Amino acid sequence: MRIKALVIRIIRQFVRDKRTLAMMFIAPLLILTLVNLVFSSNDYEPKIGVVSDQQMVVDKLKSSDKAFIIYQKRSEAHQDLSEEKLDAVLEVELPSTTITLEGSNPTANKASIMMIEKTLKTMPAQDTEKTKVNSEILYLHGSAEMETFDYIGPFLIGFFIFFFVFLISGVSFLRERTTGTLERLLATPMRRWEMVVGYVLGFGIFTILQSAIIVSFAIYVLDIMMAGSLWLVILITLMLAITALSLGTLLSAFATNELQMIQFIPLVVVPQVFFSGLFTIETMADWLGPLSYIMPLTYGGEAIRDIMIQGDGWGDIYGNVLVLLGFSLLFMILNVLALKKHRRL
Amino acid sequence: MQSVIQVKNVSKKYRSHQVLQNIDLTVNKNEIYGLLGPSGAGKTTLVKMIAGIEIPTTGSISVLDSVMPKLNTMTQIGFMAQSDALYGELSGKENLEFFSSIYGLKGQKQKERIDQASDLVNLTNFLQKPVNQYSGGMKRRLSLAAALLHDPKILILDEPTVGIDPVLRQSIWDELYKLSKSGTTILVTTHVMDEAEKCSQLGMLRDGKIIASGSPRELKDNTSSTSIEEAFLYYGGAHHAN
Repeated sequence: MRIKALVIRIIRQFVRDKRTLAMMFIAPLLILTLVNLVFSSNDYEPKIGVVSDQQMVVDKLKSSDKAFIIYQKRSEAHQDLSEEKLDAVLEVELPSTTITLEGSNPTANKASIMMIEKTLKTMPAQDTEKTKVNSEILYLHGSAEMETFDYIGPFLIGFFIFFFVFLISGVSFLRERTTGTLERLLATPMRRWEMVVGYVLGFGIFTILQSAIIVSFAIYVLDIMMAGSLWLVILITLMLAITALSLGTLLSAFATNELQMIQFIPLVVVPQVFFSGLFTIETMADWLGPLSYIMPLTYGGEAIRDIMIQGDGWGDIYGNVLVLLGFSLLFMILNVLALKKHRRL
Repeated sequence: MQSVIQVKNVSKKYRSHQVLQNIDLTVNKNEIYGLLGPSGAGKTTLVKMIAGIEIPTTGSISVLDSVMPKLNTMTQIGFMAQSDALYGELSGKENLEFFSSIYGLKGQKQKERIDQASDLVNLTNFLQKPVNQYSGGMKRRLSLAAALLHDPKILILDEPTVGIDPVLRQSIWDELYKLSKSGTTILVTTHVMDEAEKCSQLGMLRDGKIIASGSPRELKDNTSSTSIEEAFLYYGGAHHAN
């Protein structure tokens, strides 16, 4: 009897809280759909530059697959490789064959090597024998020893910082509302923007610490591959944290309790996993690509990976920093507007 | 007498729910104005509008001759909300430091004000304790101290003495009288009828309407009641008869 009463009460509470209900049913579907779209996508199509003095080899490769792009000059091919327009450069200058892989993305590496091997196998015997003689694989970035963690590590750093800062800042801003202190503050001459900026700065101090600790741990303790500057990685993670911070405080305006704040995770945080560099965006369904542009983690994850694996400097990543800064400012402005709900001034 | 708070024909609606209807009230300088009414009558909504947190749906509110909400005027108001809006992780002192800094108090002045305010509410010895270890009454008192820090011209207190023991309640009222003599105007809400007797002016609020106003003596005399409670019943009943 008492159990029945409890069950009825829980059912009633659930029905009242339509959002939690929707979250239970819709969120898993959303995520399953995303995973499906990400994993059931097409194979990676590598782009391979070919430089060769053997006209016959060039013709064969050209006709065998559209993946092969013929270059006249070796320097041009390598230029495109470093600009990530190509995944690999195949140089056939008998008797030696050299494959230079871009190296940052294991999926692309594997796909390129498979494509080259497959194509060379179809060649007439005398060519294959020659090309097999001195085949050498070089890496522009990374190396054959690069572990999976070296590739996903940079993404994980960005993701965890984003995730935790989002949740913690959101919940604490929410508490300000549920404990009545927000109202108390709104009875003071404090301006709405001052409140938002204060929050970002206050939490910002901790996010600086957090970024420094996580990045240093990954590099010095977990021994993750690190080609670029430690400071730049900390800068990017800090920018990501501030974006998460401003987004968390913004969204807390649309939650009435901690549970509802947590419900934003599958809606806001999880989708970003798929676009933040863990999976190759190029292989996703076409319409998903543009979606990655509105995800802060896309820019953060990409920049962290480029610094850690490719050793990119400030010149290469400042665009990403600006985008993250833009996101933060946008979220902060929206938060100032959202606080209008509580006080007009 | 100089009027400090003027509420003119104010109504407040939340969606279709009419919380307040055609409220008119004037609070004069140095007065202790009591807003008396049962819970749900709209007291909190009314004082929040006067404090500048909420906006009336129709009508206007002016405080110290400027139309609310106005940030400048809000520096002259001390507001103590119904819930103890305090940071539980922080100590009493840290809470007071935070709220006084928002009003721009710093250094020696800040220290003096914190000492005065905490002395007033008898919390000097507990200032180092984290607030989540405070009792309910102590939290109320700290809330009150926080509202007094910046020496406001107008003090708005929403149910200030709930959960405070009678001895301390008396001492808080003594302080309110002192503040009022020294020039502070006080607006206080209460649902406790005997507390209403302590105010110099009263507004009786029921179902979002002012059903009567005047000094406690006037209200009692007009209805030939012996207590405020009787007077309230009279006006409430009369309202229903209409």
